[in-house]
Amino acid sequence: MAALNYISGNEKKLKVIKSNSITFDNDKKRMPEHQLMPDKWVDLYADYLFNYAIGRISDAEVAKDLVQETFMAGLKSAKNYKGDAAERTWLIAILKRKVIDHYRKTNSKKGKAEVRMNYSSQTDAEGDWLEEQVADPFSSFENSDIENEELGLAIQSCIAKLPKKQALVFTMKTIQGVSTEDICNELDINPSNLWVMIHRARTALMDCLNQNWF
Amino acid sequence: MISCDKAAIICNKAQYREATFTEKLKLRFHLFMCKTCSKATKENTQLTTLCQKADLHSLTEQEKLKMKQILDKMN
Repeated sequence: MAALNYISGNEKKLKVIKSNSITFDNDKKRMPEHQLMPDKWVDLYADYLFNYAIGRISDAEVAKDLVQETFMAGLKSAKNYKGDAAERTWLIAILKRKVIDHYRKTNSKKGKAEVRMNYSSQTDAEGDWLEEQVADPFSSFENSDIENEELGLAIQSCIAKLPKKQALVFTMKTIQGVSTEDICNELDINPSNLWVMIHRARTALMDCLNQNWF
Repeated sequence: MISCDKAAIICNKAQYREATFTEKLKLRFHLFMCKTCSKATKENTQLTTLCQKADLHSLTEQEKLKMKQILDKMN
């Protein structure tokens, strides 16, 4: 863009912009086009989408169903996929619609739509003091909630990059809190094997987060 | 004196509160001597706090398998 400043005259300016757009086109051509690989969807994105959904719908069952519906809708409209966005972004966009539809559905059922607003949390407080209802400026949990959700998605996408077995062991141990013994029995490995896998997973995760989060 | 590899394993166990008392003692002693490991331990602990803070959720393998089967049927 700085080059533009040196050039006077409209014609030359136009030329510069033109050449810019050509290089942009070249960049696009060089980039590998996005493709859908539905066979890998569940392994790669299920947890990521599930986390996204659960941030908006706290019911785990409903969130799970929405993820399932998202995959199905994605499969159905796979031929409409243009390859502009990455696979995950495309799926998230579908999930977003699903979440909105879900709220629409529940709201259309009469009675459920009613939202009771109770501004003051203490019902036994005497009188109606405005001061009690002012937002606490030092409360940071609204912001940190948003940040924590983004952090969760960042971690989840880092886990998706791990080798499959490591990712499995790590999620079972860290997120689902399965005991070492049970994991060893289920996956048929010995504990020292498990700890080595955990170690590799944690090292890789920390590297990934250092690049993408900090 | 334990090796750095061993220290790393104990450190990971400690993240899940599964290190024994003697193991923790050995780790402390090693960290006292080894700069690299104490740095790594700090990072490892940081990862644990991050994971706790993020309040992660995940689907179990069975749930994922079910999803795959349903998707396969559609294909």
